[in-house]
Amino acid sequence: MPIHTASIILMDSSLVQTLTAPILVIGGLGLAFGLILAFASKVFEVWVDPRVEQITEALPGANCGACGMPGCAGYADAIVHQGVDINKCAPGGAALVGKIAAIMGTDAVVTDKMIAVPFCSSGGYNNTNWKYAYQGIETCKAAVNISDGPNTCSWGCIGYNDCKAACPFDAIIINEHGMRIVDAEKCTACGACVRACPRGIFHLVPERRHVYIKCSSQDKGPLAKQNCGNHRPCIGCGLCSKKCPVQAITVENNLARIDYAKCINCGLCATVCPTKAILDTIAGTQKKAEIIPELCIGCTICAKNCPVKAITGEVKQLHTINQDTCIGCEICVAKCPKKAIKMV
Amino acid sequence: MGYLGEIFVMAMTAIFIQNFVLSRFLGLCPYLGVSKKLDSAMGMGMAVIFVMTLASAITFLIRKYLLIPFNIEYLQTISFILTIAALVQFVEMVIQKNAPALYKSLGVYLPLITTNCAVLGVAILNTKAIRPDGVTAYNFLDAVLNGFLSGVGFTFVLLAMAGIRERLEFSELPESMKGMPIGLILAGIMALAFYGWMGFKI
Repeated sequence: MPIHTASIILMDSSLVQTLTAPILVIGGLGLAFGLILAFASKVFEVWVDPRVEQITEALPGANCGACGMPGCAGYADAIVHQGVDINKCAPGGAALVGKIAAIMGTDAVVTDKMIAVPFCSSGGYNNTNWKYAYQGIETCKAAVNISDGPNTCSWGCIGYNDCKAACPFDAIIINEHGMRIVDAEKCTACGACVRACPRGIFHLVPERRHVYIKCSSQDKGPLAKQNCGNHRPCIGCGLCSKKCPVQAITVENNLARIDYAKCINCGLCATVCPTKAILDTIAGTQKKAEIIPELCIGCTICAKNCPVKAITGEVKQLHTINQDTCIGCEICVAKCPKKAIKMV
Repeated sequence: MGYLGEIFVMAMTAIFIQNFVLSRFLGLCPYLGVSKKLDSAMGMGMAVIFVMTLASAITFLIRKYLLIPFNIEYLQTISFILTIAALVQFVEMVIQKNAPALYKSLGVYLPLITTNCAVLGVAILNTKAIRPDGVTAYNFLDAVLNGFLSGVGFTFVLLAMAGIRERLEFSELPESMKGMPIGLILAGIMALAFYGWMGFKI
C-alpha cells in the first residue's frame, strides 16, 4: 500500500469517530468503577488481626493436622481467636513455640520433643517367621486381614511399610535388612505412622528417653518366644519391673511397658531382660556421678534420693559414690543443694 | 390492565413461568452449590436479589445514556460484564464489613456471582423484553422490577432446593447417590414441575 493512502485512512474522520466513542465509553466506565472500588476498599476496610498472618507464616505449612485443626492457617486462626495452646504444632517443635509466643506475647510452654519408635524388633527380611507366603496387595492393612497376618506373631511387624508410606516427612528409612529406622532428626511426632500401622507398633516417645521395650506381643511367654522371628520377645516375666529403680515399668497382658514420665534412662532394665527385648540405645555411654569433695557438706540428700543406693556417707561427712552401681540417672545432681556432684 | 396488574403479571412470569433457574437454566452453579443449607441459601439468594436489582438498574442506564446515543450497542456484553463485576466486588466489600457471618457462610459463592450468568442474563433480557401491552420496551422502573423479581424467583427455587436437600440428609440413600447425584436428579424433577407453568397466559 502506498504511503499516502495509509495516511489518508488514518486521518479519515469517520474512522476516528467510530473508534473514539467506544474507547471513551468503556475506558471511562472502567476508570469510574476502578475509582469507586478503590474508594470503597478504604471505606469498607476490614481489620484483619495481623497476628494471624504472622503465625501462619511462622508455621511450617505442612498442613499435617497434628494440631487437630484443618491446616496451618486454621491453627493460626484458632490460636488468635479461640485461645488454643501454642504448643500443638509437632513439626514446628520448640523453636516454633518460641516464635508464636513472641507474636502472641505469652510465655513459651515448651513440650518435650517426641519421636516415633516402632515397638517391635522383627519385620525385616531375615528376622520374620512366616506362616504362609502372602501374595496379595502389598500393604500391611490388607495383609493383616488374611488369617491374622502372614507372620507367625500376630502382634509384630509385617514389613509392608504402611508406616513409611504414611510418613509425610520421609523420616522412616528402610535399611539393608528391611528394617524400619526412624530418623530422629526428621521425625516430628505427627503421629501419621502411629495411625497407619494396623498393629499399633509405633509409639511416640520423648526424644530424650533412650530405652525402649522393642516388643508389642501380648502372647504368653513360650508362645511369644516361639513366634518371634528375632527371638527377642517380651515374655512378660517382670524382671525389668522389679529392677527398675523408679517403678516406671508395669507388666500388663504379658507385656512390659515403660512409663516415660518416670523413666530416668538408667538402662537397668535392659541389662536384666532375659530375652534382650529391651533396647538401651545409649548403653555404656552414660556418665557416672562424682562428688566434688570441697563442695560436699554431707547433707545426705543425694544418698536418700539415689534410686540404686550407690551413694554412701554419714551426716556431715564426705559422701562417696560407688561407680560400679551408679547408673548415671543424674537425680543426685538435680537434688544436691550445693551443686557438689558432677557427671564424668 | 392497570400498572399493578402489570406488576403482578411480571412477578408471575419472573418467579414461576420464566424462572431463571428452572425454565431458563441460568445460574445453575449456585443453585447446586449453595443449596445444602437453608441459611446460606438464604444469604446467597439475598445477595443475588441485591446484585440483580442493582445490575438491572445500572445496566439499563448505561445502555440508554451511553450505548444507544453513541451507537455502540455492540459493546453491550462487555460493558455489562464490567459493570456487574465491579458491582459484585463492591457488594462483597459491603457484606464483609457489615455482615462477616454472612460473608463467611457465602464463602466462594459471592465472587461467583460475578460470573453468574443469571445476573448478566437479566440485564440482557431486560433490553429485549416487551411490556405486557405487547408493543413498548421496558422502561427504567420495569427493568429494575424485573431484576428484583427475577432475583426473588431465583431465591425461591434456591430455598425450595435447600429445604428438600436438608431433609434428604436424613433419608437413606445408596452410597453412590449421596450428595451431588441426588441433587441433580432433584433439580431435574423440580424443572419438570416448573415445566407445568409453561404457556400460562395471564
